[in-house]
Amino acid sequence: MSNLICINERPVLINHKTYHMPYINVNNDLPGIRGLMAYRPETADAMGALANILLRDTQGLSPAERELIATHVSYLNECFYCHHSHGEIAVCYLNGDRELVDRVRKDYQNAPISDKLKALLQIAAKVQKGGRQVSEGDIANARDQGATDKDIHDTVLIAAAFCMFNRYVDGLGATTPTDLSTYPPRARQVAEHGYGSHIFSKAQPTM
Amino acid sequence: MAHIQVPEGVPGIRSLVLFRPETGQSLYDLAQVLLRGESPLTAAERELIAAYVSSRNDCHFCMSSHAAAARSLYGDRRQLVDDVLTDLQQAPVSNKLRSLLQIAGKVQILGKLVTEEDVAEARAQGVTDRELHDTVLIAAAFSMFNRYVDGLASWTPTDPAVYDEMGKRMAEKGYSLPQPVK
Repeated sequence: MSNLICINERPVLINHKTYHMPYINVNNDLPGIRGLMAYRPETADAMGALANILLRDTQGLSPAERELIATHVSYLNECFYCHHSHGEIAVCYLNGDRELVDRVRKDYQNAPISDKLKALLQIAAKVQKGGRQVSEGDIANARDQGATDKDIHDTVLIAAAFCMFNRYVDGLGATTPTDLSTYPPRARQVAEHGYGSHIFSKAQPTM
Repeated sequence: MAHIQVPEGVPGIRSLVLFRPETGQSLYDLAQVLLRGESPLTAAERELIAAYVSSRNDCHFCMSSHAAAARSLYGDRRQLVDDVLTDLQQAPVSNKLRSLLQIAGKVQILGKLVTEEDVAEARAQGVTDRELHDTVLIAAAFSMFNRYVDGLASWTPTDPAVYDEMGKRMAEKGYSLPQPVK
């Protein structure tokens, strides 16, 4: 197996040990945040509940739009595990349109998405840099495109939450599969059954 | 004024969770288990990590309130909180707590900045898996809370007395979701 992978389109040689063994002994071999959540289910409960509301609420933003925001922020935070995981969940909601997800991930300004979603992604990208980066102009722009208070709230909180999830995963060096074909089965599991303790307490999906 | 219509006169994250209690409940649950639940780190140490990360994120509301909570929990040793916020390297904290705060500082910038060397250094000071886990997750969570509070421009009181009282309440009662005023 090659340990040459691409991060942000740059091929990077990954030290096998650094990339595959978490900094703490999580007593399991589950990938990414799943391994960390299984290690500490008490904090996992609250994080799973948060993800379920933020990413699967169908009022206002669609689940696909919510996952696209999560994917873009995770890409900006250079979190390989999260941007591929959430990118694949967005692919599930978008009937397999991986090309669209890839364009939003890397260059949303020129992607074929609504002006409203572009305006919200702009706010999310500012939040990724720091909360104070969001300007009155960014908010006014989103409102001009039809964004409601709830859309703006959820966008800011999704972006903020992924600044947490991404740091949790990379800060503890969580196990990160480099084989991209392992991501779609887990993505389908989440798209169908949601977030929550089942993603680490049940057998991992392989199909 | 906040970027969205939240209850007037309610400060910081409290106003935001009143706007959206569904997500608010999970956020308060996370804060309670992370900062008050079972952990090898004391509540005071955990509040100090939260205040340190919030200070680095320039989030005045979170920094002031969690620093006040940490001062209240540290009691007679309260000066330590301001020493850490002023200059971590010179602050009279144990080498172990300093190494955890240094890792929290890296997480604040970006998760992938934490290296095997940082972890080895912390281990040499006696840091355990659970201490490392809780430190990274507290730092990550405040990278969220800080962005939530400032990204929506929630009201940040400027009177220090407001934070003293808030910190005392947080130290004594922990985190439970604010209820709307009837």
